[in-house]
Amino acid sequence: MSSTRFGSRAFDIFNVLVMIAVVIVTLGPFWFTIVGSLNNGLDYLRGGVYFWPREFTWANYRAVLVDSTIYQAFMVTGFRTIVGTLIHVLFTSLIAYGMSRTYLIGRNFYMAVIMFTMFFGGGLIPTYILYKDLGLLNTVWVYIVPGMFSVWDMIIIMSFMRTIPDALLESARMDGAGEYRLFLQFILPLSKPVLAAITLFNGVYHWNSYFDAMMFTTKDSLQTVQLFLMRMVTSADFAQGVNASALANIPSQAMKISPETMKLAMMMVVSIPIILIYPFLQKYFVKGIMIGSIKG
Amino acid sequence: MFKKFIGQWETQSMVWPGIIFLIIFSYIPMYGIVIAFKDYNLLEGIAGSEWAGLEHFREFFNDPNFAQVLKNTLTINLLALAVAFPAPIIFALLLNEVTSTKFRRFIQSVSYLPHFVSWVIFGGLIINVLSPSNGVINEILIQLGILKEPLNFMGEPHYFKYILVAGEMLKGLGWGAIIYIAAIAGVDAEMYEAAKIDGAGRFQKMWHITLPSIMGTIVIMLIFAISALLNTGFEQILVLQNALNREMSETIDTYVYKLGFQSMRYSYSTAVGLAKSVIALFLLVSANYVSKRITDKGLF
Repeated sequence: MSSTRFGSRAFDIFNVLVMIAVVIVTLGPFWFTIVGSLNNGLDYLRGGVYFWPREFTWANYRAVLVDSTIYQAFMVTGFRTIVGTLIHVLFTSLIAYGMSRTYLIGRNFYMAVIMFTMFFGGGLIPTYILYKDLGLLNTVWVYIVPGMFSVWDMIIIMSFMRTIPDALLESARMDGAGEYRLFLQFILPLSKPVLAAITLFNGVYHWNSYFDAMMFTTKDSLQTVQLFLMRMVTSADFAQGVNASALANIPSQAMKISPETMKLAMMMVVSIPIILIYPFLQKYFVKGIMIGSIKG
Repeated sequence: MFKKFIGQWETQSMVWPGIIFLIIFSYIPMYGIVIAFKDYNLLEGIAGSEWAGLEHFREFFNDPNFAQVLKNTLTINLLALAVAFPAPIIFALLLNEVTSTKFRRFIQSVSYLPHFVSWVIFGGLIINVLSPSNGVINEILIQLGILKEPLNFMGEPHYFKYILVAGEMLKGLGWGAIIYIAAIAGVDAEMYEAAKIDGAGRFQKMWHITLPSIMGTIVIMLIFAISALLNTGFEQILVLQNALNREMSETIDTYVYKLGFQSMRYSYSTAVGLAKSVIALFLLVSANYVSKRITDKGLF
């Protein structure tokens, strides 16, 4: 008996150590990035800055925030995050509501048409050709329109709407309210928990996207923050160029910034909105994925 | 029937925009796949381009890059299947054994974070940690005497798969575990009580009750993982790829992208993409079939 208790105790200690290791490995890289971004850029290049800034400065953040190209990229990303998410949630929930009505004629047929797209698709080039023919290339709408609807989100919203008791709608129906009024006045407010989850997920998706910007736009004015950051991370020349333009803007900071530390500062600036909404995300996403997993 | 249809026109009109949307954005690109069998050029359009038969598919075998690209894709995904797939399951099982609720919540919160950070940032973090000039990993390895001088990890083609899979594992650890944690929460508490009376220890309970109870979920996730064996995604690879590691980091997904967007070989790129989708569909159906035969569980 005592040996089991000892084994159990040893396991507890081992388990806590594993968990602490997970925490360190997850948060460590963020910490090193914060430290680097707050360190003098030229000093950083000498190496050895890990746990605490050696020569503290805000100059890297200043350099990132005065750049007009970065500002433009933030505007583009902000626009797609707000407008794209709103349209996505409204459009997807409208279809989800229609599909949640079991009396709908042709419902199984519609469902088959919808589900097939989850398992097979046209691929990159046919999609590109389509966007070209629709005139979506090199417009901000290429970020919004193709993302208006998602089958996965529809299924999650639909399974939630099915759980809303029909009795709640009965009296409104008696008063002669049409389906659109029911949808706007009753269904949407009642679906708040699932809509909040989908809104947050989709907002994060928009905030984090770079691939569509890379494929479907060539103009610098349509660059998203993530694409801008991607170029800084993967191309030393690009980071050099950003650094040079920052120096032209704020020559007084010349001795304090380098492409390397500006990159780290930019990474933090782009992460901050995610970290800020993180508490809300946490509250809703577990619910969201639970609802999804019942169906999936 | 017709009258009933007219009677519900409002509900019908809610669904149609979605169907029309999918016809435009999913089914028209599926029609666009015919360019894999044509010599597509932008001027003549899909309908106007000449038929090429199976020429672009035959090209796989003459393409000097193709074997390497296929090998990279499979190596990365098999490694991911061996390491990154079981990691969230083990994490969920271990998390379930953490006795303090507060500590458990804290760990969960931390472990979800990487999922919500973009691959650009996460890849940037990885590159930063591994950097030869300021990377903490190099510093630690040198302090421990394992390395003599800093190693440029991102520039070593052989390390690419380990770095990528470790990154994917860390990014998906907490998020991937949610579904298993939910399954564990659904296990009947009476079973644990009964096992306790029978004198089962913690490991025995984990092995004989928890694990079998979540087997259904594991099998379904495994079916998805197998059907994605040729999938690597673009985002993480394009961030971590560089000129030095390209030889080992080019996968089917990134290759299709580069053939299409950089070499303008539209038809060939589509053919490679189509072959990949068909194999993925085949893998999905077969994994599902095998699973149904063996465990009686499947997707459809």
